[in-house]
Amino acid sequence: MSLWEYANPKRFMGWTRPVLPWTFALAGLCLAVGLIWGFFFTPDDFRQGSTVKIIYLHVPAALMAINAWIMMLVASLIWVVRRHHVSALAARAAAPVGVVMTLIALFTGGIWGQPMWGTYWAWDPRLTSFLILFLFYLGYIALWEAIEDPDTAADLTSVLCMVGSIFAILSRYAVLFWNQGLHQGASLSLDAEENVADVFWFPLLVCIAGFVLLFIALVLMRTRTEIRVRRMRALEARMRRA
Amino acid sequence: MIALLLRDLRLAVRAGGGFGLGLAFFLIVVVLVPFGVGPETELLSRIAPGILWVASLLAALLSLDRIFALDYEDGSLALLATSPLPLEGVALMKALAHWITTGLPLTIAAPALGFLLSLAPEAYVFLLLSLLIGTPALSMIGTFGAALTVGLRRGGLLLSLLVLPLYVPTLIFGAEAVRRGADALDPTGALLLLGGITAGTFALLPFATAAVLRINLR
Amino acid sequence: MPDLGTYAVEVLSAYAVSIALLAAIVGLSWRRYVRVRAALERVEKND
Repeated sequence: MSLWEYANPKRFMGWTRPVLPWTFALAGLCLAVGLIWGFFFTPDDFRQGSTVKIIYLHVPAALMAINAWIMMLVASLIWVVRRHHVSALAARAAAPVGVVMTLIALFTGGIWGQPMWGTYWAWDPRLTSFLILFLFYLGYIALWEAIEDPDTAADLTSVLCMVGSIFAILSRYAVLFWNQGLHQGASLSLDAEENVADVFWFPLLVCIAGFVLLFIALVLMRTRTEIRVRRMRALEARMRRA
Repeated sequence: MIALLLRDLRLAVRAGGGFGLGLAFFLIVVVLVPFGVGPETELLSRIAPGILWVASLLAALLSLDRIFALDYEDGSLALLATSPLPLEGVALMKALAHWITTGLPLTIAAPALGFLLSLAPEAYVFLLLSLLIGTPALSMIGTFGAALTVGLRRGGLLLSLLVLPLYVPTLIFGAEAVRRGADALDPTGALLLLGGITAGTFALLPFATAAVLRINLR
Repeated sequence: MPDLGTYAVEVLSAYAVSIALLAAIVGLSWRRYVRVRAALERVEKND
């Protein structure tokens, strides 16, 4: 049996039913352990004080915001190449989750930025790229909502996702160019992985695992919903014809 | 292909909206900005490159939804799709027609409006140059967006939401070139990158546009 | 409760908002999941 068999809607519903609660449980466990560990049992950073605890939300959310888009891109490619309906629906299901992740990353970043840099928002390349990513998510979701025919919507959003990815990467580098043009050596951006000590690193890893699992669980659940909606529409259409 | 281009241009001129509306909108946006930020010449000349670029971007956006809408409604788009002309070529010509009716007039009018905002004298050349290089990319990206939303009855607002994020790199490089020109820095890097974006969009987006049109005409 | 020092408000609000957002997306997804499942069952029964 090939891997693609799992993408058959009926099979998908079959294997996700038992997997889903476990993924949720594991995600909840990881998040609880990671966040409690991070919040209660890690020391304050000597420079940043207690704000370092925001890292356990900020970094995983930012990571998932980008990974969600990549997952949507892969799902769109699979839909275009092999026309697996589940793939298109999974891309649709992932978009709102990606929006939430982007929002969390932006919000926690702003709160973290206020005491550290003295401002909630700076037009730093990294921050600006996330704002642009947020706009891309909104456009993608809006296009899905606007088109009635499901196959047309899947096709068009796939193309948008691919073209959007190219422009998102382009914007990322354009923004770097733009900000350096304004004021050189903007050292606002705080690179997390570079200076993180082990005390912070292990709970952070658990949190990242929790966010990844939560993302997977949410996408599976939302994809199941989308499949059911699709099936319901088909049944209703058949009844109307009969 | 040339015939198609000429036909689109004739239609735009006859409909009257093509040249006039976009330009008038451009003028109004530029005139409104000083009312909003105050009349200090120094401030205005500092933000002039950005305003001129953002205003031309909005003016280009204004006429996008008409690129395919009329042809879609009266069925000539379906005819074009079955004609021997490849749909990629149609997309290219549509973008070109849009550029000639909006981008080119904007480029020519922009220096005059630069006066209103007391743009630095050294920047005029680069304003003209950056708009000349950058506005074709705006038209091409816009044509792609218009193709995405052609089947929708109320696609106008959605079109802006889809297209504006795609405009970000063009805007950044375009405005940056003018700003560097105004600050007597070397703007060739920004201009080259802007040219790269325009070349890239014209190389890739006609195919994406044609694919999207085929989906929408299915 | 650990001592959060001068940044207590920042840290707590970051946690509160993030957890609220996560709870919101989980809650909304779950509600729609249950509703759609029920609606589909109804449609299938009428069949």
